[in-house]
Amino acid sequence: MNDLVEVRAGVYHDSVSLMRVSQALAALPGVSVAIVAMATELNVGLARDAGFAVPATTPGDLLVAIRASSDDAVREAAAELDRRLAAREAAGTARGEDRPPRTTRSAARAAARGAAGSGGATIALVSVPGECAFLEAADAVEAGLSVMIFSDNVPVEQEILLKDRAREKGVLVMGPDCGTAVIGGAGLGFANVLRPGPVGVVAASGTGAQQVTSLLDLAGVGVSHLLGVGGRDLSAEVGGRSAIQALRALDADPATELILLVSKPPAPEAADAVRDLGLGTKLVTALLGPGQDDLTAAVEKVLGALGREVPAWPSWPAPPGAPGTPGSECRGPLRGLYSGGTLCTEAAVIARSGEFTDFGDDAYTRGRAHPMIDPALRLEALDAVESGVVLLDVVLGHGADPDPSARLAPAVARACGRGVAVVVALVGTEGDPQGLHAQAARLNEAGAAVFTSNAAAARHARDLVAARVHS
Amino acid sequence: MSAIRTDPEGRAMNPTTLSMLSREPHVITAGTALLGEALDQQAVARTDVDWRPPVPGTAAALAAALADPRRERANATAVGRMVSARPRLVGVRPAREVLGLEPGTFLHAGPPISWERASGPMRGALIGAMLFEGLASSPEDAEERLAAGSGITLDSCHHHRTVGPMAGVVSPSMWMLEVADAEHGGAAYCSLNEGLGKVLRYGAYGPEVVERLRWMGDVLGPALQAALALSGPLDLRALIAQALQMGDELHNRNRAATSLMVRELAPAVVEAAPGHAAEVLRFINGNDHFFLNAGMAAAKVSADAARDVPGSSLVVAMARNGTDFGIQVSGLGDRWFTGPAEVPDGLYLGAYGPGDANPDIGDSTITETTGLGGFAMAAAPAIVRFVGGDVADAVAATTSMYEITLAEHPAYQIPGLGFRGTPVGIDVTLVARTGTLPVVNTGIAGRVAGTGQVGAGLVSPPMEAFTAALAALTDA
Repeated sequence: MNDLVEVRAGVYHDSVSLMRVSQALAALPGVSVAIVAMATELNVGLARDAGFAVPATTPGDLLVAIRASSDDAVREAAAELDRRLAAREAAGTARGEDRPPRTTRSAARAAARGAAGSGGATIALVSVPGECAFLEAADAVEAGLSVMIFSDNVPVEQEILLKDRAREKGVLVMGPDCGTAVIGGAGLGFANVLRPGPVGVVAASGTGAQQVTSLLDLAGVGVSHLLGVGGRDLSAEVGGRSAIQALRALDADPATELILLVSKPPAPEAADAVRDLGLGTKLVTALLGPGQDDLTAAVEKVLGALGREVPAWPSWPAPPGAPGTPGSECRGPLRGLYSGGTLCTEAAVIARSGEFTDFGDDAYTRGRAHPMIDPALRLEALDAVESGVVLLDVVLGHGADPDPSARLAPAVARACGRGVAVVVALVGTEGDPQGLHAQAARLNEAGAAVFTSNAAAARHARDLVAARVHS
Repeated sequence: MSAIRTDPEGRAMNPTTLSMLSREPHVITAGTALLGEALDQQAVARTDVDWRPPVPGTAAALAAALADPRRERANATAVGRMVSARPRLVGVRPAREVLGLEPGTFLHAGPPISWERASGPMRGALIGAMLFEGLASSPEDAEERLAAGSGITLDSCHHHRTVGPMAGVVSPSMWMLEVADAEHGGAAYCSLNEGLGKVLRYGAYGPEVVERLRWMGDVLGPALQAALALSGPLDLRALIAQALQMGDELHNRNRAATSLMVRELAPAVVEAAPGHAAEVLRFINGNDHFFLNAGMAAAKVSADAARDVPGSSLVVAMARNGTDFGIQVSGLGDRWFTGPAEVPDGLYLGAYGPGDANPDIGDSTITETTGLGGFAMAAAPAIVRFVGGDVADAVAATTSMYEITLAEHPAYQIPGLGFRGTPVGIDVTLVARTGTLPVVNTGIAGRVAGTGQVGAGLVSPPMEAFTAALAALTDA
């Protein structure tokens, strides 16, 4: 084996782009390990754990660690790395006047200058590392722009400060840890392709919002705007600051006929604050928790209020002979492996037993990408399950893995081969770039039972475990 | 629904509507490239930020600085004062008169420095000033007295509303340009420019240097004072604005500004001092940098107008003494934040080379502090060789400065950038966030006292001066 370890001082690329480069290098013939990452403590630790001799670095350096079967393979990989990084540099560098802005503040000015008459930018989407997100978001608010903070690991004091400043300026802070928004038809972050329509959604939950809007879309009902507010907005500390603003804005929006509020279990005082706004527009709430409507039930309520029929939510039962089907019982506990926090909570409430992990939680995303982009940790966990029932979510849409079943379906097949029953909650729409039906078919063929309603998926998983207990 | 609501205490609240809901989406993206590409796939208008992490170790201090509730308004106030200043040249008078300097007191460029730490050109200029003031019989005698320090006081020009190019040494008998701010009422001072070659500001102290200083005090200063008394104040804001459109950046190129100044003053010089008019005008004409000192005083009075706004992170002074590069910040009073002065990267005169150069020196960085000099490089294509070769480099230098500045100057415009205002008002938080240091054009002094100018070029300030100021902001 041949190792190449290189530290390039002062070269910066974002973590997701580097991950894609690493993946491409690892796929080259003869290459067994390829780590191309910023030299954070975590990444240096990973490289050292993998046996690379990494010299002293600072987090501002780029770390390259490649292991391959021959010198030639290492050289090939290094050349490919340089080609890919050079392509990124070329895209990012321009001489003279056309240099790209370096801060959100400067970008807001450039947008205002560039588009005479168009009024410049309308919103900023911030996904820089959490410790720096406040700076970019503060720029946006100062420039009079609403901002979606996709970044997580942002301190709550900074969130409160930003939301208070935004209220003074008449703009909205969506986030931090806001995974999705659809504004004026543009999907930001992880966003499903939705038809336009009368339902406005306010969501303190990214995947919860994706579930309700996808189901609405499957029922033929469109969305005016989907305003994420960040998972912590309805906590006691933040007090629904952004949810209140978002609800009022949708109340004043002529295109919105009904508002659906989705949240992870809220603090009681925050829940009261948002309920007592005296809106003129009908409000349906899905505030998750024991004894509350699940997301699917909330969608059905919305359909009822609009006088629309509730369809049979599409699902694909596990193929005959797969674990969990008649004559092929599975043994063992229920294991929930989720990428969406709200979906995870909802499933755990419905299942009432089992061990649930939310791989999108801050604890798992520090120094790495969200599981909807990088499935590695979750796939490892799936491969480690030896028996019982596995319940997991797959979320489609812009921003998410362009073909999640490509890596997941083989792992599902392996699990089924070990006698593990696999149940998938597939969140997406017909319009999503990944193709709802194509993804469902591949996961189903691999042996999974697939549901478009997470609640239905959770009930099915619960029943599988219960059936085993009764038999 | 209603557009204005009141909160439970009856206070009017902001409109509930959000403009983004009714406008065509245009998204600024900062961070993960993937999320930007997802917008591109939807054909959504987008402005991408070329985001990189801030200078290592500054993230916490930056968050604290941006959380300061005073900052936004304080910076708007401070930079608003800087760009609204209306500097006018109102007189030319001896330093002892306008600054109250006592014999034995010498002002110098940059942050305060002792004789022990002073570089060659600084020492040379102080020796020359001792000889000029008659406080020493020979250079050796001057050096001994300066080293002993008895009866000698050294202080920073900036502590006396004064700036000086290169060594920037000011002694009581030197004649000073007096600039007043018609908008805010401040005043600032700068010595008269001696010309090029062997001159005091580059540390030369030979007999011809002292003799020239005497002539400037006996003839040049009084003639200019008399001319100004006759013609009335000279509007430097208007003159600088015109010079920028004539290819000056007002630091390394002052040819247009000097020409304009001569045009303005010549008739009055002839009327006020007919006996000396020819030699005075010939002297000014012979020195393309004669205007530099007036421009520096104009910059100083503008920068001083922006001082002492609590919570402001605006840089109000950048200055070098040949050993240290120091900055001062509006919200941090008179404190200096320093780092080592670097040797400029530039072009050298004759047989001189980098080995002959002294580290960066002079108060002329007050021009960059107020958006001129390196910041206005795009206005001066004639001197692009200093910044690496071609006009695109000059445009890039100016364009990159918009990233670290708070405003665009309403009067100082750059024709080649579509008459966009110069980038003005350096914000220490933006320097730390972007890792972009101010672009500084400068002359290069010889390392050895008495050598004079050896070249001109570009220099980078030390980042640590900016990060130290940033850290201090969180305690201020």
